[in-house]
Amino acid sequence: MVFNHIEKIGNLTLYYVEDLGRMGVFLFRTVAGVFKRPFRFAALVRQVRLIGADSFPLIFFTAGFTGLVLGLQGYYTLRKFGSDGMLGSAVALTLLRELGPVLTALMVAGRAGSAMCAEIGIMRNTEQLDALECMAVDPFRYMISPKLLATLISVPLLTMIFNVVGIFGGYLAGVELLGVNPGAYFSGMELSVIGKDINLGIIKSVVFALLVVWICAGRGYFVHQIRNAGFGAEGVSRVTTQAVVLSSIAILVWDYILTAILL
Amino acid sequence: MSNQPIIQLIDVVKSFGRQRVLDGINMNIPIGKTTVIAGASGQGKSVILKLILGLLSPDSGRILVEGRDIVTMRSKELNEVRTNFGVLFQGAALLDSLNVFDNVALPLEERTKLSQQEISDKVISTLEQFGLVGQEEKFPAQLSGGMKKRVGLARALMLHPKFMFFDEPTTGLDPEKSMEIYHLFYETQQRFGYTSIIVSHDIPKIFNLADQVVVLNQGKVESFNHPDEIQLSEVPQIKSFVKNTMGYLYRSSELE
Ligand SMILES: Nc1ncnc2c1ncn2[C@@H]1O[C@H](COP(=O)(O)OP(=O)(O)O)[C@@H](O)[C@H]1O
Ligand SMILES: [Mg+2]
Repeated sequence: MVFNHIEKIGNLTLYYVEDLGRMGVFLFRTVAGVFKRPFRFAALVRQVRLIGADSFPLIFFTAGFTGLVLGLQGYYTLRKFGSDGMLGSAVALTLLRELGPVLTALMVAGRAGSAMCAEIGIMRNTEQLDALECMAVDPFRYMISPKLLATLISVPLLTMIFNVVGIFGGYLAGVELLGVNPGAYFSGMELSVIGKDINLGIIKSVVFALLVVWICAGRGYFVHQIRNAGFGAEGVSRVTTQAVVLSSIAILVWDYILTAILL
Repeated sequence: MSNQPIIQLIDVVKSFGRQRVLDGINMNIPIGKTTVIAGASGQGKSVILKLILGLLSPDSGRILVEGRDIVTMRSKELNEVRTNFGVLFQGAALLDSLNVFDNVALPLEERTKLSQQEISDKVISTLEQFGLVGQEEKFPAQLSGGMKKRVGLARALMLHPKFMFFDEPTTGLDPEKSMEIYHLFYETQQRFGYTSIIVSHDIPKIFNLADQVVVLNQGKVESFNHPDEIQLSEVPQIKSFVKNTMGYLYRSSELE
């Protein structure tokens, strides 16, 4: 009885150590694949379109409403201290340092990360990855590394778009609806936002992009080795859900860590 | 010597968790010949193929391809060995995101320095040989099972491999389509002279193509130089396998 439990715990520990090891090797091979020749430029362009350009409407929409809400909430809070002139800098700092990178990464995880995981998982299940390996074609260089590079390019750009759209959303709510002085909105921003705030946002978005690809593509790649995932279509669907949840959590945890380190 | 082994498995053991799938396998694949690996479903036939292809590694034992052990090889060397391999996977394993033309062109694009024009000429002539004219623009999801296998075979043969591996090439096809695949197999082996390893359920029809039959049962293998030897085997598992898969077809000769 007791031994059974100990064995179970042992097996589980072994599984997680193994899984972490696998994921480590996966990350290494994905990064190494970026530097292998011949470089597949066409694949990169295609992925930038799928991951980046096609996410634009979603990012635009999310950013717009986030900005509107920030305008309303910020106004409500700042009014209490009679400092609604600070609205511009409050909205900008919140977006640049925090909400821009985090919400963009969460949206990309939900949209592109899930697609990545499912696509690679299906390729695993239908032996397409095996077929590439047997043709002596490195699947990392061929299709996984281009996804990493495309995400690393797309997410910071999408984050910048998010920030700009969000700031105008805040302007719409604060200035146009609630009557904050428009000059104060932008000049407050200019005074309070420093290079460090922008850098923090960029660093975050790059780290989040890496996390999304690592977790989502990696879970898909190992779909056949994940505990209790089930087989076939069900396995892919469960692992995809798991990948999106995991990468969302990872984004939030790393957001805290990076903020604490780089504050 | 015509029976010189070109691929050898020596004491190969492979387990998944507690399940020991292969329990000390020894096998010689003769050069230029056709070896059929037979056995009931779930016995580990695909696992044997994946071990030889270097997609899985054994727990112990050696796997020699042209005398070199692929188990201890670096991935770079393994890729060199794989340049001699052609594989037709069970579901053909065509890349979903590429059309028929690009699937067949893939080995040339990735592994040769041919110009686009040369690649295009080669692909078009290959598609003609495999009866796939007019299908170039279709995606794998739009093809029938038989057609997928033909595209898979065309892709596998693009670089004239020395070894061809077939995982259940006719499973899921009707008898007519199966014959078509067998004809293509026969033709291309005559033309290219490759050594082939076929995993198949299609017993006893597949035995017509076999120079050697390897029966896998309960983690062990038994090799037969002539398909007819199988039914005379005294090994109880093989006997029951023969009875279950070949039934009465071979019964008459057993009674003789
Ligand atoms: N990657 C794997 N992980 C765990 N078990 C596996 C794996 N591949 C195969 N097996 C198990 O090994 C056994 C043999 O599988 P396989 O070689 O696919 O059989 P078949 O003879 O039908 O081709 C099966 O019981 C299968 O569950
Ligand atoms: Mg099989």
